[in-house]
Amino acid sequence: MAHELPYIAAIEEAIREEMERDPSVLYFGQNIATHENDPFLKQFGPDRVRVTPISETAEIGMAVGAAIAGFRPVVELYMAEFMLVAMDQVVNEANRFHYMSGGQVTVPLVLKAGYGFTAGWAGQHTGTIYGMFMGVPGLKVAVPSTAADAKGLMTTAIRDDNPVAYFHHYLLTLEHGEVPDGEYAVPFGKANVAREGGDVTIVGIGWTVPRALAAAEQLAADGVNAEVIDPRTLNPLDTDTILGSVAKTGRLVVVDQSTRHGSAAAVIAAEVADRGFGSLKAPVRLVTALEATVPYSEPMEQYLMPDEPKIVDAVQQVLGNAPVAA
Amino acid sequence: MNGQLDDGLGAELLRTMWRIRAFEERVGRLTRANEVHGLVHLSAGQEAVAAGVCGQLRDDDAVYSGHRAHGHAIAKGAPLARVLAELMGRDGGLCRGLGGSMHLVDVEHGFLGATGVVGGNVPLALGSALAGRLQGGDRVAVVFFGDGAVQGGIFVESVNLATLWGLPVILVCENNGFAEFTPRSAHTNVERVSDVVAPYGIERETVDGNDVGAVRNAFARFLAAARAGGGPALLECLTVRLRGHYEGDPQLYREALAAEEWQRLDPILRLQRRGLEEGWLDADGPERLEQEARDEVEEAVRVARESPFPPASVAAELVYAP
Repeated sequence: MAHELPYIAAIEEAIREEMERDPSVLYFGQNIATHENDPFLKQFGPDRVRVTPISETAEIGMAVGAAIAGFRPVVELYMAEFMLVAMDQVVNEANRFHYMSGGQVTVPLVLKAGYGFTAGWAGQHTGTIYGMFMGVPGLKVAVPSTAADAKGLMTTAIRDDNPVAYFHHYLLTLEHGEVPDGEYAVPFGKANVAREGGDVTIVGIGWTVPRALAAAEQLAADGVNAEVIDPRTLNPLDTDTILGSVAKTGRLVVVDQSTRHGSAAAVIAAEVADRGFGSLKAPVRLVTALEATVPYSEPMEQYLMPDEPKIVDAVQQVLGNAPVAA
Repeated sequence: MNGQLDDGLGAELLRTMWRIRAFEERVGRLTRANEVHGLVHLSAGQEAVAAGVCGQLRDDDAVYSGHRAHGHAIAKGAPLARVLAELMGRDGGLCRGLGGSMHLVDVEHGFLGATGVVGGNVPLALGSALAGRLQGGDRVAVVFFGDGAVQGGIFVESVNLATLWGLPVILVCENNGFAEFTPRSAHTNVERVSDVVAPYGIERETVDGNDVGAVRNAFARFLAAARAGGGPALLECLTVRLRGHYEGDPQLYREALAAEEWQRLDPILRLQRRGLEEGWLDADGPERLEQEARDEVEEAVRVARESPFPPASVAAELVYAP
């Protein structure tokens, strides 16, 4: 059975259900549980649900310590950029402890970070920065694109014995979708083939998955049958599913809201070039954001972003139907 | 000199301090011989802090340390041979050779770990303290750091959070007057670390960190309070780093310590003089304890050398927990 929920509520449902199931799950964050009617605070009490000062480094570091001691903290960071304040804890402590201890300790920790809020939030609250984290050994990276995955990937993130950076896209916050009832876990490292097709493979990430699906519908009207793949997690990355699709279609477009050189798209393109070159009938195209800070002005913001026309154009290029831009 | 030391306790503290001293000196030689191949920071001169603090803790109390961690791990109970094997990158090391000198972890003895980025360990101890409190019981967490860590925002963030939540964590600052290669005067205008935390209402004390009795007494007071449900405390131990920041450091930034001055300050010699004066140490005691420690370290060298290097597969296997 399933029920309809907005993406953001699906995330909260997963956290609540895991907190009900497992008393070791804690929930920390700035500005959470600031009043006595907060539903998490009412249900789970002040020991497990804690508002923290604006001290990302101490907050995340403390969560790492609690994880080493056997708890499963979920840290609410609101903005992905706030993790940058605490980079040492995220990419140099949490992720390395299991390894450097020779496997003696585990760090089951979820860093819940919203990203990509290109809705007038300007340059410091809009970044699509998962690319910074996907090459960090010991850290896992989840990027849900649907309400169902938002729940299922959060459940898996909480149950995982490694630190997980869970990136939820702010422009998807109120997007509704069918969400399975009860316990629902989506495995990490298993891409979702969101649309099957044989002419071209389009890989989308997070918010660009629905953009890619919309572009695929436009292309279908022109007789182009695109396959759309959502990796769901960037680390682990399901390279096999992408390679399998490219083996079938021979053409690849990767769509990513990140800046080009910091994107997951660049890594995916490199993997296909390295391991699937023989399948390619055309050069790979990347549709990414401009290499720029997200501007405040609304039309400028739109100009920066990957959108359906840019995806359609890139697909026509790899099909040889449109000139390749210089 | 502070605190009551009877026969058993004084000798136990001396034994721990000699084990650390002998270990550190031997590691220095192994480093020069390239048997220990990486970056090492020795704690010779600071043994009284490790011995005075860790000797009062249980295996279920959590201890975190920084880059100068060997003494803390040893005082907390880590076997010498396994610490040394780790420094030599062997499979029999505490961390199978994946951590090394700056990342020692010995969960069995509650040494949850050393971290290599100055100050990065402080909030981790808060997490252990929170876990202890949530699980009930009287476990505490202790974190060792140097005076160089105090100028970082992470320190103040952690002090604020620890006091706000009343966590049973004891912050132990080894103030040796040098932040890596730089004297404290070039880092801050605040002379005492215990003054930095004053506004937070945290229990705090500055002691002569080369007087193991003083360290022990002050820590005992903080420990009893934390075990009884009290909050955090800060213990600042004024001490002396006998070696450079790392092994091989030419130490152009400071004058060499005169031998006579060191004789006066050395925490081990001080405790031995006290033991002889108070009569709980016999005349042969100092030489005997030193020799026992050096023998123990030689045995650790022998065992560590016999341990193989880890198989290459370990490098990829342990990146993620299963």
